[in-house]
Amino acid sequence: MMDGGARVSGMTVKDARPVRRGRGTAYWQAAPFALLFLLFFIVPLLLTVAVSFWRFDDYVLSPDLNLDAYREVFEGCIDKLPSLCVTFATYVSTLRFALMAWAITLVLGFGIAYFLAFHVRSVPMQMALFLLCTVPFWTSNIIRMVAWVPLLGRNGLVNQGLQAVGLTRAPLDWLLYSEFSVVLAFVHLYTLFMMVPIFNSMARIDRSLIEAARDAGASGWQTLWNVVIPLCKPGIVIGSIFVLTIVMGDFVTVGIMGGQQIASIGKVIQVQMSYLQFPIAAANAVVLLGIVLLMIWALTRLVDIRREL
Amino acid sequence: MTDTRHPGRRDMLRATAGLAVAGAATRLAAPAVHAQEPVVLRYLGTAVNQSAEIAAKAKQDLGITIEYIPVTTDDVIRRAVTQPNTFDLLDMEYFSTKRVAPSGNLQGIEARRIKLFDKITPVFTRGVTAGGKTLGDQGTAPKKVQFLAGRNSREFASSPTEWMSLIPTTYNADTLGIRPDLIGRPIESWSELLNPQFKGKASILNIPSIGIMDAAMVMEATGRYKYPDKGNMTRPEIDRTMAMLTEAKKAGQFRAFWSDFNESVNLMASGETVIQSMWSPAVTKVRSQGVACVYQPLREGYRAWASGFGMPRTLEGRKLDGAYEFINWFLSGWAGAFLNRQGYYSAVLETAQANMEPYEWAYWMEGKPAAQDIKAPDGSLLEKAGTVRDGGSYEERMGRVACWNAVMDENTYLIRKWNEFIAA
Repeated sequence: MMDGGARVSGMTVKDARPVRRGRGTAYWQAAPFALLFLLFFIVPLLLTVAVSFWRFDDYVLSPDLNLDAYREVFEGCIDKLPSLCVTFATYVSTLRFALMAWAITLVLGFGIAYFLAFHVRSVPMQMALFLLCTVPFWTSNIIRMVAWVPLLGRNGLVNQGLQAVGLTRAPLDWLLYSEFSVVLAFVHLYTLFMMVPIFNSMARIDRSLIEAARDAGASGWQTLWNVVIPLCKPGIVIGSIFVLTIVMGDFVTVGIMGGQQIASIGKVIQVQMSYLQFPIAAANAVVLLGIVLLMIWALTRLVDIRREL
Repeated sequence: MTDTRHPGRRDMLRATAGLAVAGAATRLAAPAVHAQEPVVLRYLGTAVNQSAEIAAKAKQDLGITIEYIPVTTDDVIRRAVTQPNTFDLLDMEYFSTKRVAPSGNLQGIEARRIKLFDKITPVFTRGVTAGGKTLGDQGTAPKKVQFLAGRNSREFASSPTEWMSLIPTTYNADTLGIRPDLIGRPIESWSELLNPQFKGKASILNIPSIGIMDAAMVMEATGRYKYPDKGNMTRPEIDRTMAMLTEAKKAGQFRAFWSDFNESVNLMASGETVIQSMWSPAVTKVRSQGVACVYQPLREGYRAWASGFGMPRTLEGRKLDGAYEFINWFLSGWAGAFLNRQGYYSAVLETAQANMEPYEWAYWMEGKPAAQDIKAPDGSLLEKAGTVRDGGSYEERMGRVACWNAVMDENTYLIRKWNEFIAA
């Protein structure tokens, strides 16, 4: 981006030192967003990190440099091994959801994107189907919560249907307020985040490559595996980052769909915040951030997104 | 105004001069301009208490605009402690004062500026009902935190002073809500909440400080342990209580937990749960959907709560006067009658009674069968003629209060244990 910008301004401005002038312009152009980022992202983040080392009682936060908050977060985590302490158990549970949601949204997102990119020929049709995928975002979380109960509940449509058809005799309880319903809601909500970047990658695949593969005798699966998927890698990685980071920090969906009986790290932080235990909440947030950053780092090691874009 | 005399030229001049001076004065002194504007009070509290009807009536009677800021029970406290400048009037539960007052963000309310101070029910000031029954005082009973030591004090006074922490608005006695049609037998004890018969069909609320009190009621009802003070548990007592809940959770006793009024209505109305902790207006709401739901009185008594108006330290000038005016209006009867008709109790009973029909008063407060159909404040049918209120009269219900919603000394420990319980 920056090289491009420099070159353009270098060509338009007749100056003895075009490159240097150009770089200055680029910095200026980046400045507003950088400033926004600094004010609303970097500064709060640094404050969070700072607060996690502070001392507190119920009403007073005093600047300090101690590890009490972290000790509270990892209370009993070492002594209790091999059984898991709350923090570890919560992370394991959250990670499990993240992996399940990731795997399912990946398969679904890839499938839908593939269909849209290679099977739907007309652009208006593509757009229409694309819009259809955004339907889950037309209502608020609360409305969706209310909507799931009559659908999946004990006396809900699904249970009534199953019993009417004779597949089950008693209502299935695991349809709602269970791990199943949590994963279902994640898939329902976040498949789009996986699909869009993959579709974007697919749209840019040169169709002649696929023809070439076919001419060289590759089967459909071979083309998919050896041509399409490698070229979609950046999209897959970006989609994965979206899904994993959102699910790791989520507490509303887990709360609502899990009947508040399933722990999530976001919920733990929220409870601590509402009881004014800011340093502990901050410490938890820092740990969560660290783990999510590690995940992103690992993913970007697999594919160099910057080069691929 | 009614003077019909034609004004002379001299009068006109005088009036004009007067106006000019007045105009100049207004321009010079900003407060004079403010004096013409209606007072706006930003009212922080939970949505359950924030009725549009009360705001509309206050506007009509006082010209004061009430701007509601609805947040959850826990967020009321957080906001009161961390952002006292963002509201003018605080509507919070009495137990919350134990967490807000030490922050120094509350100002004592002058008892002598509250016109009906002497009429406020002794439930708040002395811990007895008007009929003389002594209420249980485990937990944060209002009388323990009703008075501050001084206007700017962070400490509660053990005996009445002229500075009040909160002016009571509503209070009630909570118990379990049940679906009699799905249970089909009498429920008489808190211990039924964890009865394996209701496996997968029970629920408690996911607000640690209140949820643990319900759990404590269950614990005592099963006879497994008797607390010296349910409202202020020691660490081993918290461990013991949470162990009981965790065991039940792992056995699949609970269908879900709820933390919001509407969630509890949803769970009960849809039949997902048949027995759960509940709030009185939630039961009313389920019933108004045509679903049988009873706010079941239980042998061991009720868990009570109370809320009231507090004033932030920063409130001053006309807004402060406006807040006093609004609170005095609130106690003067119309709002009290409005609350009583929802199944709450109002702080000044006499004025509320004067604003209710005799048959309404008999049904809601005296526990008598409804002489005619009982209507909700919005006019919809609540109860058919002949029904009796769950739990009976005011004296019967409030007289059987066993404990109050509380903030414990071991609050931090409780939160950690509660998070463990949710994760278990």
